[in-house]
This record gives sequence, structure tokens and C-alpha cells, in this order.
Amino acid sequence: MHILVVIKQVPDLVEELEINSDGTALDPDCISPTLNEFDDHALEEALLLKEAVGAQVTVLGIDATGELDQALYTAMAKGADRAKKIVGDFDEETHLSSHARARLLAEAIKPIGYDFVFVGVQAVDDLDGQVAPMLATHLGVPHVGVVTAVHPINGVVSIQKEYWAGIMAEMDVTPPAVLGIQAARQSPRYAPVSKVRQISKEATIEEIEAGEVDERLVVPVRRMYLPESSGRAEFIEGEPGEVADAILNLLRERGIK
Amino acid sequence: MAQDIFVIAEHLKGSLTEGTFEILGAARTLAGTTGGSVVGVVLGQGVEPLAGQMVAADRVLVANDAALADFTPEAYLAVLEPLIRQHQPRLTMLLNTSFGMDLAAALSERLSLPLVAYCKKLETENGAVVATSQIYGGKVNAECVLEGPGIVSVLTGSFPADAGRAGSAPAIETVPLPASLNGRKVQFKTLIEPEVGDVDITRSDIIVAVGRGIQSQDNIGTAEELAQALGGVVASSRPVTDAGWLPRSRQVGKSGMSVKPRLYLALGISGAPEHLEGMKDAGLIIAVNTDPNAPIFGVAHYGVVADLFDVTESLIEKL
Repeated sequence: MHILVVIKQVPDLVEELEINSDGTALDPDCISPTLNEFDDHALEEALLLKEAVGAQVTVLGIDATGELDQALYTAMAKGADRAKKIVGDFDEETHLSSHARARLLAEAIKPIGYDFVFVGVQAVDDLDGQVAPMLATHLGVPHVGVVTAVHPINGVVSIQKEYWAGIMAEMDVTPPAVLGIQAARQSPRYAPVSKVRQISKEATIEEIEAGEVDERLVVPVRRMYLPESSGRAEFIEGEPGEVADAILNLLRERGIK
Repeated sequence: MAQDIFVIAEHLKGSLTEGTFEILGAARTLAGTTGGSVVGVVLGQGVEPLAGQMVAADRVLVANDAALADFTPEAYLAVLEPLIRQHQPRLTMLLNTSFGMDLAAALSERLSLPLVAYCKKLETENGAVVATSQIYGGKVNAECVLEGPGIVSVLTGSFPADAGRAGSAPAIETVPLPASLNGRKVQFKTLIEPEVGDVDITRSDIIVAVGRGIQSQDNIGTAEELAQALGGVVASSRPVTDAGWLPRSRQVGKSGMSVKPRLYLALGISGAPEHLEGMKDAGLIIAVNTDPNAPIFGVAHYGVVADLFDVTESLIEKL
């Protein structure tokens, strides 16, 4: 079994986000790229299958930031067998839509043999939708998203798909297929920094030239803005002890405690 | 292009979901200005009674087949793609749920129609549909303009469901199906009901909910201690259950439970839209987070910008 794991970087939401002067996108200067957390789960699920049934794991991403190497080396330090990156004429102003990403990925993936492509189910900047179903469309293979477990059985995989209110579905998927991973069966593993450093000296990342960026289905953003989210909460200030007193007073006033 | 608005229904275990009525109501409002009809679309087996419940629609298209009895993206897409291509609605509305996420992005690519995902607000303006999407974990809103036909996937809880329950019996039409829906590569096997956990968080009046800020499984005990002192239970946001630190039965939000306790104490929860969906109606929401811009403060009644452990320990001491 050969699993391709698609990873991408997204703006780290721990940083304060700012809107650019046009008011139509994030200010690239305030963006600190971090690995999409769902992609980390996609990699973990693939590595679990490597351990269970000897799957080969290739990690692949579009290097839109020029900073993807570290994420790819980290994936290899965790156990991925190979890493590939799609390189092109991207700069910090480039925002690749999900549609554009799906097209670039599909062109790179088609010549590679695979049984499954694992992609994080969503990303925080998926304004125009999730990549996995679009990628599957380009590849002409089926897709299932919101997957939380993948078990190989007799040439197919049995997957669990999360619905809502704790309900899940079990489905059988015949390869080749694309799966949008919501969560791996266990928390994504860590790679020691020393191992990542060693891999980055020894391993090579294969480069694939990007095709043309497809911007057909870009949704025009008229305005991007930070909602006045702090409008509702009344803030309690002070030392932890004072805060605790204030909270307990609120609970007493309402007869909760 | 027709001016009709398609509403793709979701149903599970014989009932339309609440979200379906929410987008039906939103479609009804939009149709008031676009001038088209609201057209419900229901796929399944023996789903005519569900079609009849979509009273806010002018008419409902029904696809009936054993292969559609349970949701699979593959079979649903095989029906929806030609249907939308044939009717060319002004707008196709789905929910940004486990079903809708599989369908909307694929339909967008297959039909070359633009998609606005994570949509929470819809308006019309000079004939254009203006869809506001909530991205970056709820921290940023993006107003997008759909001049022509397009697709939106709507966050559940964005529109009142009541508007989708008002109306009279819609006309029901059965649509022809593609040649074969069988022999597909994705086969539904079974539904898995939630494990009955040690506690049912939906029945507790007091919830201490922990998010990513709790940092490790070792710290769950501190939250448990506080919950016990308050006479409540510990729940969590998705990252905590994904990490395996608490069972799924404790998860609040879109894929987990919806709760409405008297007290929801959110510790280290940033407040992604998926989480807010499950707790925003709690009686008293108090949030503790180190990030003053965390979206949780948008729904909390009281906020504390502080380290959750400092506050938790002080509370435990005083209780």
C-alpha cells in the first residue's frame, strides 16, 4: 500500500492577524506559517498504517512559502519514507485557493502511483472549500472526508467517518481514493529536533515543477475584516485570586453555587 | 440560468436535520429578492415524507433508490452533479457538515461553479449574492460576491430554523436517476452510535470545558478537580478528544454534543466556529484564555485574559 500524504502550511492563529491595506486578504507580514493541524493527523494515520501493514508513506506539499522543507523533514523524521515538494513562481503575495491547490496537486500526483491520498479534512483558510474533494475530482477517484480511522481489510479499507452528536458511519472504500482525515486514531507523534536535524542533512526532497496556477474559480473577496468578537464579554481583571472571587460571586448571584 | 435556489437536504435516521430547516429558511428570504423558487432536493430511499416536510420550499426534487438509502459522497454526487447541471440554479445551498463538506467542494470542481465555504451570512445586493464566510478559526470574516451561479456551504446555527418550518405542502417531483448507482467504490456499512460515556455532558447544569490550552493529559485532573468542586462535569473542545485526552463522549461542538448548561466555564478554548455551535446558548459563559482576541470572548458573557491554571487553582482553593 502506498499512501501519499498532502500537507500544507497555514497562518498560525496564535499570532495576531491583520488585514492588508486593500482590506481583502491577510497582511502577509503578520503571517507565521505553521503546519495545518489536520494534515498532521493525516500523516499520523498514514504512519499507523505503515506500522500495521507496512504501507509506504510519501509526504507531498506545495512550497508556496519557501518554508516547507522543515515540515517535510519533520514528517520524514516521524517516519515518512519520502518527501516531494511542488515548486513554482510563488511569492509572499501568492494566495493559492483550494481550487488552485487541488489542480497543482493533481498534476503532480497523477504520474505517481498510489493507493490512497490522505489530506487534512480542512484548513483555516479554506475559503473556497476543502481541497480533498476537489483533488479527488481531478484524479477521477472517490473521496470520503471527516475520517477518524482507517483499517485495511481484504483489499479495501474500512473507514470511520464522523457525523454529528457523536454518531459515526463505517464505510468500505476501494482504492485508489482520497480521504479527508479529521483525526488520527492517536495523537500525532513528535519528532525529536535532533532527528529532524539529522534527516535534513541526509535526506533529499524531490522537487516537482508546478503547472500553471488555475484561478478560474476564485471567489472575489470584497472585504475581509476582523469581527468585533470581543463585543460581548465583560472582562474581569485582577490577580488570579481576585478573578476567582469575582467568578464565585457571579455564580452565587445566579444561584449556581 | 434560472433564479431558483437549490437546498440540498440532510437527513439521518429518518429525520431532516435542524440545519436543513435553517438553510431552507435562509433560501426563502433570499428568494424574496432574487425572485426565483426555492427548490428542495432530497436523496434517499422512501424519503417522500421528508420531502413533504420541506414546506418552506416551493417544490422538492426527490431521488429515490436503495443505493441512496445511506449517505455516501460518491452516490450522492452521481445524482447531484447532473441534476444541478440540468437545472442551473442561481444558488445551490448545502451545510458545512460531514455530508455537505464532502459534496460542496466536489460539486464546485465538477460543475465549475464558485464555492463560498463556512458561510454564516447571506444577502442580496443588486442581483448579486453576498456571502460572508467565517475563516481562520472564526477570527476573520470574508465578504464574497457571487455575481452568477454559485454554491455556498453554510455553518449550522447561522440562520433560525423556524423560518424553514413555515409554509405549505410543496410540489414533489421524482427525478430520473443515473444509469447505475451500484458497483461503486464507497460502500456504506453501518452507523455507529456514540459510546455511552461515564457521564452524559448534555444533562449537566455545570460544565468545565477545556481546550488546547490545557496542554497535556496530565492537566485534565486539575479541571476534574474544579468540576467536582463546582458540582459539574468536564467537557472539551475537539483538539482535546482528538489527542485522546478525553473520550469523544465529552466533546462539545459540531461533531460532538450540543450543550445548554447553566454554567459553561471555558478554559483555554479559543472558540472555533465548530465549538461555538455546540455551546453558545449556555446560560452563563465564562471564558479564560491568554489570547484577548480569541473568538470565545465573542459569545462569553464574562472573559478573563489570563493563564487558565492560575485561575483554576485559585478557584479550587476558594471552593
